[in-house]
Amino acid sequence: MADIVIDRVVKEFGTFRALQEVSLTVNDGEFVALLGPSGCGKTTLLRIIAGLETQTSGRIVIGGQDVSNLAPRKRGLAMVFQNYAVFPHMTVFENVAFGLRMQKAQQTEVKRKVERAAALLHIESYLDRYPAKLSGGQRQRVAVARALAVEPAVLLMDEPLSNLDALLRLEMRTELKAVLREAGTTTIYVTHDQTEAMGLADRIAVMYGGKIDQIGSPLEIYATPATRFVGGFIGSPPMNFIKVQCSQGTARIGDAALPCPATSKDIELGLRGEDASLSPDGSGIPFDIRVVEPMGSHLLLTGSIDGQSARIVAPPIAKVNAGQRVGLTVDPTRVTWIDSITGRAIA
Amino acid sequence: MPARTSWIPYALIAPSVVFLGALFLVPLVQTIWLSFSAGDGFSLENYQRMAGDLNFSLAVRNTFLLTLVVVPLQVVLALAMATMVTKLDKGRDLVLWVLTIPLGISDLAAGLAWLALLQNTGYLNSALYALGLIQGPVGWLSQETPWALFFAIVLAELWRATAIVLVILIAGLQLIPKEFSEAAEIFGAKPWTRFMRITLPLLKPSLQSALILRTVLAFEVFAVVYALGGRNFPVLAGEAYVWQNDNQNYGVAAAYAVLIMAISLAATAVYLRVLRTRPEQLP
Ligand SMILES: Nc1ncnc2c1ncn2[C@@H]1O[C@H](COP(=O)(O)OP(=O)(O)O)[C@@H](O)[C@H]1O
Ligand SMILES: [Mg+2]
Repeated sequence: MADIVIDRVVKEFGTFRALQEVSLTVNDGEFVALLGPSGCGKTTLLRIIAGLETQTSGRIVIGGQDVSNLAPRKRGLAMVFQNYAVFPHMTVFENVAFGLRMQKAQQTEVKRKVERAAALLHIESYLDRYPAKLSGGQRQRVAVARALAVEPAVLLMDEPLSNLDALLRLEMRTELKAVLREAGTTTIYVTHDQTEAMGLADRIAVMYGGKIDQIGSPLEIYATPATRFVGGFIGSPPMNFIKVQCSQGTARIGDAALPCPATSKDIELGLRGEDASLSPDGSGIPFDIRVVEPMGSHLLLTGSIDGQSARIVAPPIAKVNAGQRVGLTVDPTRVTWIDSITGRAIA
Repeated sequence: MPARTSWIPYALIAPSVVFLGALFLVPLVQTIWLSFSAGDGFSLENYQRMAGDLNFSLAVRNTFLLTLVVVPLQVVLALAMATMVTKLDKGRDLVLWVLTIPLGISDLAAGLAWLALLQNTGYLNSALYALGLIQGPVGWLSQETPWALFFAIVLAELWRATAIVLVILIAGLQLIPKEFSEAAEIFGAKPWTRFMRITLPLLKPSLQSALILRTVLAFEVFAVVYALGGRNFPVLAGEAYVWQNDNQNYGVAAAYAVLIMAISLAATAVYLRVLRTRPEQLP
């Protein structure tokens, strides 16, 4: 059993609070992605879990054992560093073998495991080279192979595929997911790439400004964002937020009326571009199209609703032009209502 | 745009070339020439006289002995101190400053300071006498106590010149990103293993510089030895001094100088070869 409990972890650098009471539980064998913009504290949290950084307060429990004050090597985990940290004075083989050597594994076993990890990451042909001769993407794969070679119970990865080109990244992503699932590895995967998080993770923790805004399955996070930030960060195009007046449980935009939660006067309608459809007769929410971008699989329409900018996705064959006003119909069960003041979704 | 004039770089390095030529190359050639000439032409007479001298083999032995003892000790000490200093959070600059004070003291002054401590009427004897450990003054630096004298010289040299190794190694340690050590720790390396497998190999270029510098200087050791032991502990540079000043024989003095240079060059060549970092292993 190697579940991870992060219990109200706070990290301060001087007076700067990089993490504010972060709590997160990762179940045994689960794959959780930490998703958030640059500087939100992902690396800091990962380094605290690994023991490379000391939390200001809070606890880390791995597999039922409080490891808050244990040295990194006693926590039983492997890690892929954001800047690889591949040893320059060792060959790729020795890099991948490093963890096994530290465990004093037999040479035949070392060879077998290194070759397996290398094959998985497609670095077999560089095994006797030195890292200085490799590209950034190749070094990154060496770092991942080094972590996989020890077959860890807990694996921490800090943007491990960020330097690969798009095609290879897609392939590595799929293979990584399959391997980790098969091995039952408990994984925390840091990324700022939402498609990566969506594709890989059992659950996603969306971080923002040193806090976790929402934890949930990719679908939950996408369909019911907990905050304006999550809605705007996840999905492409990002969720639209339209300020509306909610009176007596009804919000009116043009000649459309939507049922709204009357908890607050200042609320925003959170609407995904793909959850609105063009009404055949021009009725519904009025949308003034400014730019039409054909994306192949769909049309991306940029314009405004009630003077507030919005992006809508339309079928590729829709007959629309820039400058035109169209009507949008919206399924009331698929919209999110946001409290303008707190920025949180109204449940 | 006109083609960049090609004489500018040469003009810019010309002053240093002239400087080096006048103050380094010319005296060097003169010294070599002097050592190989006697009477009216090329001759090995100076070298024969040098090698035939009573003190010669003693000076060679002492110089090598000192170098072989002092330099490794200094490197080990400096490594230990550098590792500790780089781990300090507060007061690091102050500690480093205090540790490097001996660097600012001339080697003769350092030798005299240790002489004041260790001579018959020195502080060490006074302290030992006050504690009742000795009955009267003990001569630590005499011909009768060669090992005490040797030990005193080693001590003074360690005190005087370890800091230069320290400074070079600290600069080198700061160039190594901390992630390498962190990654090793994550994968199970204990502190000593991390030091041996990660830090030391990555520090090799700095170790090489420090070793070359210290070894060359150790072969030239003179003032500290002279202050503490006079000619009781002959060393190569000291013999050169004696032949130059006391015996007024510039030819033999030059032969000693050339010998020291040859030994230094050989040591440097060994370090360059043994401690070379292949380009593909650089970070
Ligand atoms: N050692 C440190 N000292 C001071 N501030 C730091 C340190 N490490 C990180 N920070 C700050 O903490 C915040 C979070 O950093 P980080 O965890 O690296 O973000 P992310 O990985 O999400 O991009 C940033 O504002 C960063 O400047
Ligand atoms: Mg980061």
